[in-house]
Amino acid sequence: MAGTKKTAPVAVMGDFEDPDALLKAAEKIANAGYTAFDIYTPYPVHGLDRAMKLPKTKLSFFSLLGGLAGFFTALLMIWWTGAVDYKLNIGGKPLFAFQFAVPITFELTVLFCALTTFAVMLVLSKLPKWYSPYQHDKGFQRAVDDLFVVAIPASDPRFILEDAKRLLENVGAKNVRVVED
Amino acid sequence: MEVQEYAGAEVKQKRWDWGKLREPLVLGEPTLHKVTADIGQIIDRPPTVKFWIAILITGTLAAIGFACIAYTVATGIGVWGNNNPVGWGWAITNFVWWIGIGHAGTLISAILYLFQQKWRTAINRAAEAMTIFAVMQAGLFPLIHTGRPWLAAYWLFPYPNQMQMWVNFRSPLEWDVFAVGTYFTVSLVFWYTGLIPDFAALRNFFRSKVKRSVYTFFSLGWTGSTRAWRHYEMAYLILAGLSTPLVLSVHSIVSMDFAMAILPGWHTTIFPPYFVAGAIFSGFAMVITLMVIAREVLGLHNYITLYHFDNMNKILLATGMMVGYAYSMEFFIAWYGANPYEQFVFINRATGPYWWAYWTMVFCNVVVPQIFWSKKMRRNIPVMFVASILVNVGMWFERFTIIATSLHRDFLPASWGYYAPTWVEVGIYVGTIGFFLTLFMLFAKYVPIIAISEVKAVLPGSQPKHH
Repeated sequence: MAGTKKTAPVAVMGDFEDPDALLKAAEKIANAGYTAFDIYTPYPVHGLDRAMKLPKTKLSFFSLLGGLAGFFTALLMIWWTGAVDYKLNIGGKPLFAFQFAVPITFELTVLFCALTTFAVMLVLSKLPKWYSPYQHDKGFQRAVDDLFVVAIPASDPRFILEDAKRLLENVGAKNVRVVED
Repeated sequence: MEVQEYAGAEVKQKRWDWGKLREPLVLGEPTLHKVTADIGQIIDRPPTVKFWIAILITGTLAAIGFACIAYTVATGIGVWGNNNPVGWGWAITNFVWWIGIGHAGTLISAILYLFQQKWRTAINRAAEAMTIFAVMQAGLFPLIHTGRPWLAAYWLFPYPNQMQMWVNFRSPLEWDVFAVGTYFTVSLVFWYTGLIPDFAALRNFFRSKVKRSVYTFFSLGWTGSTRAWRHYEMAYLILAGLSTPLVLSVHSIVSMDFAMAILPGWHTTIFPPYFVAGAIFSGFAMVITLMVIAREVLGLHNYITLYHFDNMNKILLATGMMVGYAYSMEFFIAWYGANPYEQFVFINRATGPYWWAYWTMVFCNVVVPQIFWSKKMRRNIPVMFVASILVNVGMWFERFTIIATSLHRDFLPASWGYYAPTWVEVGIYVGTIGFFLTLFMLFAKYVPIIAISEVKAVLPGSQPKHH
């Protein structure tokens, strides 16, 4: 086997240029039972995730947790440093009162929430990942520029090469091709 | 206006039928690839001699500023013109001014996003960059005004130190540390989030290997997957939702640096909204100044159109009226409140030794924006360029007036004084302008100055008709 590179199909791909046709195609592919397929677009296309029957993102739940963490961190920090660890009387003001804690509590809530949102967004989107099995495909490279690319990966439980190709052709994809690793 | 027809190279040709109602957001004949190419070629072409000359000038100004900072730190803040009773001078004026300028960026990127104002897509990237760079300038001043910035760590941040002391959370100055720190961080995260898909679009656009690898790195390997877009869009929405109250809180807290003090001229409840309106006012003026230049120099006429400027000038007019209202309301309350000290401060502001600063402020902030009642003027580039600079002059004088005139007449007439800046303070201020412009030019040259994916998403025919 020396010298011969083993190739295996990793996905079947097809291109779209019209967002309306893309949306209908996405619906049909989802209805055909494919669950791991993906569509690469240069900008978010309204309604595409619903047409693909993707579940709603859980990101906002994590953001809430991040925000709550910031909220309690701030309150705990202000209360413990000022009223427990080092009691410093300044102008007879109370050592702790929620009123003067409001601004910093708000700011830390926002800060923690924003950083959590960003980090969890990357994790959920599986980023950073500087490699894609499709990266040498010319059409796929254009997906961040001006083309909608549908990919049904070989990892999809329903994947049968000929079926996937036929389906993409039937739903109107252009340039249907097999991408090999 | 005629119904215009747009040819999308990849997006199917579609008749744009709402043309009679609204002006197009992008002129020319935009296609998806043309947007990438138009923005990408700004970065792709080699920098011109003019660019290096401009960088040399602003870089020199920045170097002067840093030399003055070094001199201040090495000698002590006695080299500034601060005295008794005017303990705050240019440093705090400049701090508030720069922070205020940043606010327009967040307003455009977050608040206009929540209100679904599609015209923001042409200017939000540059405005957010402006925010970040302006906050960087602002942050310098509180740091160096401590005199010994290397000690500022335990004055400003609650970290366990050998003296076992903590910061004073009851002080609005401490609130400021958190407000400005959070503001900078969140603005940066928001800005970078927006940039990820654009770096991805550009990494495949460039021919040069170095550029490809740099932009690939910063794109984090973004592929445009719909599975990623749904998380991304939610993240963008949450960040916008967070930035909106954040931006309002930041200048409110800055205003509390003053309003919490029991000093006539500062101790007033109108300060938070008054400062926020002023911040948005000056920020939009700076956006207009920068965008007029960027549009000409980079040839972005198709993307930043008169329609965008028209809208921004309307905001300038509205916020200008708000600060005008605040100025008059301060006087009214001084009279109505029947507090002789408060009354004295305000009469002194308008007629005392700093009358020239006060009336410069009123002219620039209240009188100048009134020309924008006329649609012709709102669409006149030279007029808005001059007006936007005047507005920022006016807003600088507003902060100077609030700080200097409230302090220079103490309760005790024996300690009355007059504050004038020294060359060191002027040098540091000029330096921050140079530093700001240097950063902005580098940004305009090496980072996509227009939000590529966002512009694509609002092009006619880019979204499905029914869903």
